[in-house]
Amino acid sequence: MKSFTYERAADPAAAAAQAARNPGARFIAGGTNLLDLMKLQIEAPVHLIDVNGLTLDDVAATNDGGLRIGALVRNADLAAHPQVRRDYPLLSRALLAGASAQLRNRATTAGNLLQRTRCPYFYDPQQACNKRLPGSGCAAMGGFNRNLAVLGASDKCIATHPSDMAVAMRALDARIETVRGDGSTREIAIAQFYRAPGDTPHLETVLGRGELITAVVLPPPLGGRQIYHKVRDRASYAFAIVSVGVVVQPDGHVRVALGGVAPQPWRVEAAEQPRADARRIASRLLDGARTTEQNAFKLPLVERTLAAVLDEARA
Amino acid sequence: MTDVKMSRRSVLIGGAVSAASVAATRAIGAHAAEAVTPSPAEAPAISTVRFDVNGRAVTLTLDNRTTLLDALREHLHLTGTKKGCDHGQCGACTVIADGRRINSCLSLAVMNEGAKITTIEGLGTPENLHPMQAAFVRHDGYQCGYCTSGQICSAVGMLAELRAGMPSHVSASLTDTPKLDAGELRERMSGNLCRCGAYSNIADAITDVAGSRA
Repeated sequence: MKSFTYERAADPAAAAAQAARNPGARFIAGGTNLLDLMKLQIEAPVHLIDVNGLTLDDVAATNDGGLRIGALVRNADLAAHPQVRRDYPLLSRALLAGASAQLRNRATTAGNLLQRTRCPYFYDPQQACNKRLPGSGCAAMGGFNRNLAVLGASDKCIATHPSDMAVAMRALDARIETVRGDGSTREIAIAQFYRAPGDTPHLETVLGRGELITAVVLPPPLGGRQIYHKVRDRASYAFAIVSVGVVVQPDGHVRVALGGVAPQPWRVEAAEQPRADARRIASRLLDGARTTEQNAFKLPLVERTLAAVLDEARA
Repeated sequence: MTDVKMSRRSVLIGGAVSAASVAATRAIGAHAAEAVTPSPAEAPAISTVRFDVNGRAVTLTLDNRTTLLDALREHLHLTGTKKGCDHGQCGACTVIADGRRINSCLSLAVMNEGAKITTIEGLGTPENLHPMQAAFVRHDGYQCGYCTSGQICSAVGMLAELRAGMPSHVSASLTDTPKLDAGELRERMSGNLCRCGAYSNIADAITDVAGSRA
């Protein structure tokens, strides 16, 4: 691990200002992803701003009947929160499908959104990776890419976003609240939060330098049947090959978001035709997919998983 | 000659104490975390952290890079907590921080200011074992023993989560009170690997303790 200086932040705006002033600074909260990457020197911040002391760990009702989730709410606490279990079961289920209990006890809401890809070439400094070292190439293209992206990728990067939680947040139309280095605040719809990799796969979100996530806000509960189904190589503690989150309403309206297939949680609102079967929804959802020989199986897997989930939701 | 009686462990501890005193010397003038200004050229950057380990207040001045795991093992000589993968994948380093089980390898020591840490040494003693420790002995819940302290701390944390009503991935209902069955136990303990494959006896030990508390 490279040496770094360290401070404990006392105020969100001050933390953002400090990070904006120092290009080599990173925020640290749970640390479950950043510290792992620092040990491998894939991340090498010169300064860490510990945000754990900020009071951003509340879950509170909003005026319109939604829920404001503090950036520091731990994944375990969010999954177990009574109101989330009752009103946003998709979110609870997605969180519980991710990582291990130990990791969920430390990983935070904001950190989960910002976690880096688990592409094996990103993790191996000996390999070319445009995300880790811009311009160095992509060893995944001609390599072991069975679990990499089939949608929304580019010819520079086919990494996937690994989060389960973000898939639920995308289906629920979450909004992300931030504070910037100049003290101003803004709100970003999760649909606009992640950047397509294009020629700059190292730039993953629209956050500016020093911009700190302070909360994630959910609109009022949607009701309906909410199911999160994660397909993986082992029954627990593994990243998704494909995951499908749905909200199905009694009147036939449906929302579908996918994980494990793209550099961001994947949703195509135009595919969500009321009462449509899995084949019809999947054909729109997977429109424009680009597969390799190894990961082409993800397309029929998405359709079949969606069919099973819709059957269950509509039963 | 006294050297003859010196065990490998005491040699290791002696070495670690020397290293700690070097770090302490370097710390003079660096009172708290904020006293260190960003300067990549000046290595190593150090900070002071205070937390409670097994009921004992400790103050450590450490290289910022020191994980909680290394602080426990190398600085406090609590070697019961093991380093397996050092990347949060195996669970051997599991300790209980403020009542929650965590991977101590994925937490910087300096991030634990004010925390209450319980390690395997704080759960029980050889003369007065914690019920989970006694159950692992009774059920032979190990072969080589390397994952055992992590398994035991994790199991204690897991039963606390269960008592708090926290659901899991395999819970049929998110709102009913979860009950520990074989499926729940496997899912909730999936963050702890045992390469010897002593899982069936580990599960028996945990089930025994859970049953006696129900």
